[in-house]
Amino acid sequence: MSKIDLGNLNTLQYDVLKELGNIGAGNATTALSKLINAKIDMRVPKVNLLGFSELASAMGKEEDIMVGILLLLEGDIDGMMMFLLEVDSARALVNSLMGKPNDNVGNNDINFDEMEYSALREIGNIITGSYLSALSDLTRLTIVSSVPSLQIDMAEAILSIPAIEFSKIGDKVLLIQTQFDDDSKISGYFVLVPELDSYDKILSSLGL
Amino acid sequence: MSETIKVGMADLNICKAPDCLTTIGLGSCVGIALYDSVTKITGLAHIMLPSSKEIKNNSNIAKFADTGIVETIRLMEEAGAKRTRITAKIAGGACMFAFAMKQNDALNVGDKNVRAVKEKLSEMKIPILAEDTGLNYGRTVIIDSNTGLFTIKSVGKPEKQI
Repeated sequence: MSKIDLGNLNTLQYDVLKELGNIGAGNATTALSKLINAKIDMRVPKVNLLGFSELASAMGKEEDIMVGILLLLEGDIDGMMMFLLEVDSARALVNSLMGKPNDNVGNNDINFDEMEYSALREIGNIITGSYLSALSDLTRLTIVSSVPSLQIDMAEAILSIPAIEFSKIGDKVLLIQTQFDDDSKISGYFVLVPELDSYDKILSSLGL
Repeated sequence: MSETIKVGMADLNICKAPDCLTTIGLGSCVGIALYDSVTKITGLAHIMLPSSKEIKNNSNIAKFADTGIVETIRLMEEAGAKRTRITAKIAGGACMFAFAMKQNDALNVGDKNVRAVKEKLSEMKIPILAEDTGLNYGRTVIIDSNTGLFTIKSVGKPEKQI
């Protein structure tokens, strides 16, 4: 039986999880910023316990088209890490990486070519990698991540994947969510979804 | 004026003509639309997992294929629908993030959900008139109680009616 009760996290536990999001996403945002050589702001992370129906609306609208990059986590921490971008943000990100003009941004175009797909996956890989390595350094836990898998779809359909994992143990999803954006075109989310047992490990590794 | 009633994830509802029921972004989840063409009483369930028997915490009956279907039909019968006339159309059960799913079969519940839904429906002798399941993309569905038509919308694909 898990030590922590998702419905009754105390303030300290919330704060620690928020701080994890802060450090992980801070590192990831720095990596992203270096990658595209632009200033990117990170918002204060949120630790949210959400019902299934509130999940997608925590990141916009259910039917918003998002690019989702999913990594499965193994090792001391099991679960998932997701990197979510609105489709226009993904387009702008790819453009800035490949030195293309942004004239194709703003029309929700979902057709990326093979090269652009590969670039998105690589972006996902680099920045989730820096998120996870910061997390691993802090907790001294081993985190092994899978090769990134990419899907462009409705927010609700993408987020149903972590939701289904949580549905096996309850009716809520606990996620550590951090939003980032640059001055204009790029905005997205890092979402860390550890399994319940892994929350125990994370908290106890930090002395809680 | 007809109203469109939203059914969330792990949720179910029924309606009467002229209203519609919709559920947004079915990924690996399955949407089961049930329809009695005479009374036009319509039900929609959005299930996430195949079986309530495999899970300890199973109080949310709308979450599972087996209990979700039984409950939707119970509500429809309560509203005046007749079991022998109820037919089903189903959608969803996609394999999202196919690449990751190949590495961890436990996460790949789309197929299992579809299979469980079909088993339960055949056990209850509810015929499946049409389906749009599997593959690798999300679906938003709307069931129209006036016609029993089941509309399926996906990203980057033409709208489909079954």
